[in-house]
Amino acid sequence: MNRWVKTSLGVDDRNQPRIRGGALVKRLMKSFAQKPELAAVLLLSLLVLVFQIRSQGVFLSGANLRGILGLLPETALVAVGVTLLMICGEFDLSVGSVFALMPMAMAVLMGHGWPFLPAAAAGLGLCAAIGFLNGWLTIRFAIPSFITTLGTMFMARSLTVVISGGFPPRLDFEAIPEHLFVAFVGPGGVLRASFLWFVAIATSIGFLLAKTNFGNWVRATGGFLPAARATGIPTDLVKIACFVICSVLAGFAGMIQVLRVGSPLPSMGEGLELAAVAAAVIGGTALTGGIGSILGGVIGATLIRVIDNGLVLSRVDSNWFKFAIGALTVLAVVGNAWLRRRARAIKVDE
Amino acid sequence: MDVAPGIPVDPVISVRNLHKWFAGVHALRGVSLDFARNRAVGLVGDNGAGKSTLISILAGLYSPDEGEVYVEGRPVRMRGPRDAMELGIETIYQYDSLVPSMSIARNLFIGREPVRASLFGVGILDERRMRSETVAALSAVDLHLRSPDAVVAELSGGQRQGVAIARAMHFKSKVLILDEPTNHLSVKETNKVIDFVRSLGGQGVTSIFVSHNMHHVFACCDRVVAMAHGRVVLDRNIGETSIEEVYDVL
Repeated sequence: MNRWVKTSLGVDDRNQPRIRGGALVKRLMKSFAQKPELAAVLLLSLLVLVFQIRSQGVFLSGANLRGILGLLPETALVAVGVTLLMICGEFDLSVGSVFALMPMAMAVLMGHGWPFLPAAAAGLGLCAAIGFLNGWLTIRFAIPSFITTLGTMFMARSLTVVISGGFPPRLDFEAIPEHLFVAFVGPGGVLRASFLWFVAIATSIGFLLAKTNFGNWVRATGGFLPAARATGIPTDLVKIACFVICSVLAGFAGMIQVLRVGSPLPSMGEGLELAAVAAAVIGGTALTGGIGSILGGVIGATLIRVIDNGLVLSRVDSNWFKFAIGALTVLAVVGNAWLRRRARAIKVDE
Repeated sequence: MDVAPGIPVDPVISVRNLHKWFAGVHALRGVSLDFARNRAVGLVGDNGAGKSTLISILAGLYSPDEGEVYVEGRPVRMRGPRDAMELGIETIYQYDSLVPSMSIARNLFIGREPVRASLFGVGILDERRMRSETVAALSAVDLHLRSPDAVVAELSGGQRQGVAIARAMHFKSKVLILDEPTNHLSVKETNKVIDFVRSLGGQGVTSIFVSHNMHHVFACCDRVVAMAHGRVVLDRNIGETSIEEVYDVL
């Protein structure tokens, strides 16, 4: 034993009474209730159940799942990036415009005779540049990223229209490796290839956030910037990296949509930035940064898809869709706050 | 030399003629000090006296506009907190030391995470080692908490300060800077911090204790340095001065 054992710091809670039997159960309950995505998981299960009943079993049928899962990667990839960035304490409103700009740039380049791969790489490079610009402007001039990315949102949208020349170019289907992105694969063709991309990317980003030192820095930077700075981690670089990842994912998601649809429209992805924030928030990401998980963002995006699809199947007027998303967002946040308070109140001794 | 009489001259840190301006404000106006090994120095002064600027320079957060910093006799130029930590200077800030939304174990290792494989500096956390070292670091400062996975937001002010101290001790600091460590603590917790600072010299740690509270400084320091308007206005061994005298110069 070394010498500073003599000095006692903080409160010694060894002397508090211990509860033996219930302690483990309580601890499990506590750590469960602390999971940021819990409220979203509960809501998702509930809605799936309701839609399954209301649609008389159609909702979970293979054909319908094929529809839901086929479109999910497009919004969910955007949500993954936005979630990561929000955990890092920043916002990106430009994702919807980047979602449109990347495939537009790619299609225009392909129209000039570029092969698919270099055109896609150039498009993603453009996204990375926009992400870098978002981060650099935000940090260099100490402006809220809400404002920076509001600016780049308009600029990227405008660029999309300008480079399209007013006519959405058609993609040459001969030139794109469809089987890599949008073809149906797997048993019964229930999944699109894009879903596999999505799973691989979301898992990697989730792993990066949860299991690596970089993830630790992201959480520290978003959780409490002064402490993160004082420990000497490169907070500016961490933020810029998150901005870049977020933008690139948005562009990649836009590309997947265009490969599915066949032609980039200058208006695609409008409103997506807020849907992605809603997905992140529904999944338990705190607006203030530091708290949240990639899985939560994915579940949030899934919930939005499920509601979209479920309302149609239940023959509800589809104009209620946005109402439902709005209500869900508020409900999920209130539910999360309540669960977190409950979790805190669970006393676990020792 | 600004060394108070009676203190052996074996400075761990020396600063010479430090100047710092902030947007036209001359925050440090030629500060020279020596911090003798294994001694506790109390740094006192009003808000805006330059204490925070001085310790921020020692912690690597700011670089001086003029003047030199020597660590164990060698001139150093710190470009960030990481450089200071590598020189063995750890700082515990009043509020800013820990991230409340993260677990104790995660907090202990921010920026110094043990990783298994790594690529371009990004690596997989060795979470088992983080947990076990956290438990060891906490018990080394006699802090016994439920679990290294507990979230810092759930700890009391004293427990948080204890975690921050455990972190500084775990990384084998030579110099420990404590910035207002007793603010917002209960009397009992304050006494523990004071006892701790008193014990540091015996553990081979030099400390700089920044405080508004003269009684706390006189209870645990060997020497008191008072600053006003960016200058050192008094530098005495505790036995050779009194609280009244220090108040008089401030």
